[in-house]
Amino acid sequence: MKPVILWSDALIFLLVISLALFFWRLRNDPQTRERWAEVFSSRLGMVAFTVIAAYIMVALLDSLHFRRALENPESLATEEVFYDNKVTSVFDVLTGGMGERFERTYSAPFALLSFEKENIKDADGHDIRDFPPLRHAGQHLSHPDERAGDILGKSVRALLWGLLLCALVITPQWLLLRGSRFPWLASWTTQAVILCSAVWMVSLSRHYHILGTDQGGADVLFQSLKGIRTGVLLGTLATLVMLPIAVTLGVMAGYFKGWVDDVVQYLYTTLSSIPGILLIAASVLLFQVYIDLNPDFFAVGMEKADAKFIALCFILGVTSWSTLCRLIRAETLKISQLGYVQAAHAFGVSHTRILGRHVLPNVVHIILITFVLDFSALVLAEAVLSYIGVGVDPSMGSWGNMINGARSELSREPTIWWTLTGAFFFMFVLVLAANLFSDLVRDAFDPRTSLRRASA
Amino acid sequence: MFAYIVRRLIYAIPILVGVNLLTFTLFFVVNSPDDMAASQLGDKYVTPEAIENWKQKNGYDKPLFLNPDAAGVAQLTDTIFFDKSVRLFAFDFGRSESGRDITTDVATRMWPSLAVALPTFLVGIGVNICVALMVVMFRGTRLDRGAVFVFVALMSISYLFYIIGGQFLVAKTWRLVPISGFHTEGQVWKFLILPVLVGVVAGIGAGARWYRTLFLEEANQDYVRTARAKGCSELSILFRHILPNALIPILTGVVVLIPSLFMGSLLIESFFGIPGLGSYMLDAINSQDFAIVRSMVFIGSILYIIGLLLTDISYTWADPRVRLS
Repeated sequence: MKPVILWSDALIFLLVISLALFFWRLRNDPQTRERWAEVFSSRLGMVAFTVIAAYIMVALLDSLHFRRALENPESLATEEVFYDNKVTSVFDVLTGGMGERFERTYSAPFALLSFEKENIKDADGHDIRDFPPLRHAGQHLSHPDERAGDILGKSVRALLWGLLLCALVITPQWLLLRGSRFPWLASWTTQAVILCSAVWMVSLSRHYHILGTDQGGADVLFQSLKGIRTGVLLGTLATLVMLPIAVTLGVMAGYFKGWVDDVVQYLYTTLSSIPGILLIAASVLLFQVYIDLNPDFFAVGMEKADAKFIALCFILGVTSWSTLCRLIRAETLKISQLGYVQAAHAFGVSHTRILGRHVLPNVVHIILITFVLDFSALVLAEAVLSYIGVGVDPSMGSWGNMINGARSELSREPTIWWTLTGAFFFMFVLVLAANLFSDLVRDAFDPRTSLRRASA
Repeated sequence: MFAYIVRRLIYAIPILVGVNLLTFTLFFVVNSPDDMAASQLGDKYVTPEAIENWKQKNGYDKPLFLNPDAAGVAQLTDTIFFDKSVRLFAFDFGRSESGRDITTDVATRMWPSLAVALPTFLVGIGVNICVALMVVMFRGTRLDRGAVFVFVALMSISYLFYIIGGQFLVAKTWRLVPISGFHTEGQVWKFLILPVLVGVVAGIGAGARWYRTLFLEEANQDYVRTARAKGCSELSILFRHILPNALIPILTGVVVLIPSLFMGSLLIESFFGIPGLGSYMLDAINSQDFAIVRSMVFIGSILYIIGLLLTDISYTWADPRVRLS
């Protein structure tokens, strides 16, 4: 086994670590603590956060990549170890090889037979045209009629295991947080639902395709789960790229005013006057041309897909900083008029020190609100970009690619609805949780809304 | 007023120059004409002669900024920068890589775009305002909180699913209208009704939620309390007092979009097969026709700048206290 660290893996772990450090440093600030307490004191906030955390967990597990060692054939008498060209992630292993059971083509959820007729031989050796049995579904059944009872039995057993796992995960939390003022019960319920369904999915997918298979015969449920990493990474990394540009320029424009302000304003007006989707599409296409002309850069196919993905994050970040920059500039303009900044000036404090100690901490709430708000917008944008053909690489599973591949299949008879359903469900849950959470964060951190509530 | 408009138009020039320079750098400096020729002709087995031929045919065989071989003014004008970028200012878009005249294409494709985008825009605003007003009437109750949750849920559905769902339900299952297509004569509305419906429904979540916050901000003002104290009915407060006052923020958010309606919607047009500018752009992106993308970027920025100007003018119209100077 040989670990593989893709660029996006490194970046996402870096992001998670720096966010953890950021919150660790903030823990002593009473004001911030109070605001976060407000977010988490609602049951909705707890549920939304738990769901988002589960998605992030999946994304992180799916970001630990390695290449399996291949067993040397007997004839080859060498100590050298060869590695599989396919990159596997820890998440692939945890799902029990859900993604390694391919069929020939479409099959319906829980189906035993393929979706399309093929030429097969019947028991007497005659050629007939019928639906062939699937390779990896219901092999253990002696008769197709046993299917319903078998699914029910396996589900009950999976549920019991799931409850056992819940007990293991939730009991320590309960012991630790019994007297807490936060509605932990909501979070535990959500955790229980997620854990039980995870156990159910993994155990049933060993015998059936829960959400069927797609045109290439790949398991739809597994693809939907793989889409989680792409969605979460895109939503966070693109904002991460945008933040330094927007914050630096916005704070400088608002603080120094004069020609700096003019230049920054000119930059973001110009950028925002270009239709966003065209700018993104053009940049992605240009990068595509560059990759096509220099194919020798990447060792594994996955690295090329990953480079395209990182480039997409960068492009999305670089093209979308203008809104945040405008907000930060306006806030900095206001702050730099306030008495304590003037006083700092009078004491001869240097510009960098004023910016770092007096201005930046007071625009953090804007950054935070934008970070959460943009997350869901970016996840949604990924699907649209993939449809246009400038999204993530087709070899990298994503919800946009799934929708793109399946949208014409609704017109078939009988309808192939499962691919779209899978992508829809996992995307909808993530975006809904992120939207609800961002609403709560905004309510808690936006001084305007908190003022209004105080006066009401 | 007139002087103000003229001044704003003059301010727009540096921005357009900036847009122009940016697209030029993207399309010609980051990616040289050689790269473009290679990718247009196919990745493999491209001879240098083929590249030269392609460049000559499409007018990319000149120097980027300065042509030392020419004499006089032609030193500046006989360059790619002048040919491909400066000419955009005169609305001379030239020809696409496939040889079609971009200006005529844009002029004919603009109208189908508008035929879909304008009704979507108007009906959308009407529906959103009505829904938001209804929710504001029940503010502070369970109904209000439930409605906000529904709005957020509607916002969380990808636009693609609205289109696919609409086509599946209305056109395929119920067979009320054709799934896609467009006609210039006869029953145009048959082809328009589904795209407009999908566009309106897809916008309700975000739109109604936004209008609700605007209305709520107004509903907390003193004049509303006064109106209630003097015995106005809730309905007349909503429509006679809150709605006109909330018009100003609505205008700023909405007017800036009007010129961009000409550009149409990328997704709606491509799914419903409407031959507008949106599908034009999509086709250009898919066939990597950079001449069209360049022109559309320029047109889009002009329309956006016009939108900003219209926003300022509509301010004075909606709010007499605002004076432009």
